[in-house]
Amino acid sequence: MAYSDKVIEHYNHPRNVGSLDKADPNVGTGLVGAPECGDVMKLQMKVNPQTRVIEEAKFKTFGCGSAIASSSLATEWVKGKTVEEALAIKNTDIVRELALPPVKIHCSVLAEDAIKAALGDWKKKQGEADLKPAETASAHN
Amino acid sequence: MAIKLPIYFDNHATTQVDPRVVEAMVPYFTDKYGNAASRNHEYGWKAEEAVENARGQIAKLINATPKEIVFTSGATESTNLAIKGVAEMYREKGNHIITQVTEHKATLDTCKRLEKNGYEVTYLAVHKDGRISLDELRKAITPKTILISIMYANNEIGVVQPIAEIGKIAKEKGVFFHVDGVQAVGKIPVDVQKDGIDLMSISAHKIYGPKGVGALYVRRKNPRVQLAAQIDGGGHERGMRSGTLNVPGIVGLGKACELCGQEMAQESEKLIKLRERLRESIMSRLDETFINGSMEHRLPHNINISFAYVEGESLLMGINDIAVSSGSACTSATLEPSYVLKALGVGEDLAHTSIRFGLGRFNTEEEVDYVADRVVETVSRLRELSPLYEMAKEGVDVSKMKWQVAAE
Repeated sequence: MAYSDKVIEHYNHPRNVGSLDKADPNVGTGLVGAPECGDVMKLQMKVNPQTRVIEEAKFKTFGCGSAIASSSLATEWVKGKTVEEALAIKNTDIVRELALPPVKIHCSVLAEDAIKAALGDWKKKQGEADLKPAETASAHN
Repeated sequence: MAIKLPIYFDNHATTQVDPRVVEAMVPYFTDKYGNAASRNHEYGWKAEEAVENARGQIAKLINATPKEIVFTSGATESTNLAIKGVAEMYREKGNHIITQVTEHKATLDTCKRLEKNGYEVTYLAVHKDGRISLDELRKAITPKTILISIMYANNEIGVVQPIAEIGKIAKEKGVFFHVDGVQAVGKIPVDVQKDGIDLMSISAHKIYGPKGVGALYVRRKNPRVQLAAQIDGGGHERGMRSGTLNVPGIVGLGKACELCGQEMAQESEKLIKLRERLRESIMSRLDETFINGSMEHRLPHNINISFAYVEGESLLMGINDIAVSSGSACTSATLEPSYVLKALGVGEDLAHTSIRFGLGRFNTEEEVDYVADRVVETVSRLRELSPLYEMAKEGVDVSKMKWQVAAE
């Protein structure tokens, strides 16, 4: 199977690998996917509660090269964005950027879910009530 | 010596043709190109002579007689001919066939087709070590049973079945015994007399011969096996398999068998050394790695390892200068790991992370060291990336976690 150059680049040099302190009230954690499906993504973001700007983002992913690339790209994109801007990222943007083939679209869906889950967790910690249904979903085919 | 990349460690899929085999074949493309069925001129006689010579070379390797060797296009055809040929010929006697779950698709799909045509098939389960239970086999045999079909050794995990014991049971019960010998013949001693084998499928390209040629051993006495032909035509191969013989291919298969017979002892010793070097080098440096299938009953050149918390496809992507196979088949939309590993009771998470290393005649110690280093390096890197490995290190039992898997 042929991977796009961008997928290979992210796979070989993943950005922002690591973990943030789960207990920090300013850190939101999203964990989506399942091992038996072959993909699990953990995305964490540290958000400034005053400016609502995402100051740090870290990921760890168990999955194929496209899943690793999707989550690596997601951390790159969310950094410096506000919570609202990050929530507007769509899986189709990831598909386009990484030139994912149809069988790998679920990787981008998972990355979008991970962003929503992490920010949902952050909002919950901040006591914000506007929990959108998407935040807990981890759609997977 | 510089290592040539990519390194080939996929010798269960196919093998490099031995240069000595190529050399033996060439004249049968260029000068001696006759049809082995042409009885009235020199070209035909030369071709026939070569075919008969090859029959002898194959027979010698498995302790059969030359007349018991039927040439085919490959082991898939041999297996189809054996199973369908017996089923059709002995329909009056019974309609029950026994096989097992980790067989090659050539056997399983042939049996499935027969099921559609009114035959009954028992698929024996395997233990965790990949071997069938002889007790269960005995219990599965009924007065309607006409054939037992069990592979000598498995193509994914290299596990060797108790063939001689099965052969004994088959003989006791008066049931024919077909063996898919593809992975074992030429690699470990196979003796159709001692093993009580009545039919056996053989492939050339797994034993350093060419693709597109194989053979079926068909026992001629004690008991004599008759087959209903599955391909009609000129009545070649004593009516069992029509079609002009692939003379260069057959010469190659014969030569490949001869070389295997001569070199098996030293070669398997060398391959076990290489395999153990690979295993130790990888497993001493990585935790949470698991061998799939029995180590005791295993082909010399096979090792199949699961690397927990690392996904198979990403592992293959990281070692793309090494040709190996993964038990994971998640390149398609349906994520289905190996049915062989599943049958062993390997969990889906570990089945997704398995790699089959198939060593061969032309592999070297330097290659083993290179492969081991690349695997260790890549698995370590991917584990640094793996949230599952992190959780496991924190003491979370990943297998007991509740994962949200929502349908789209």
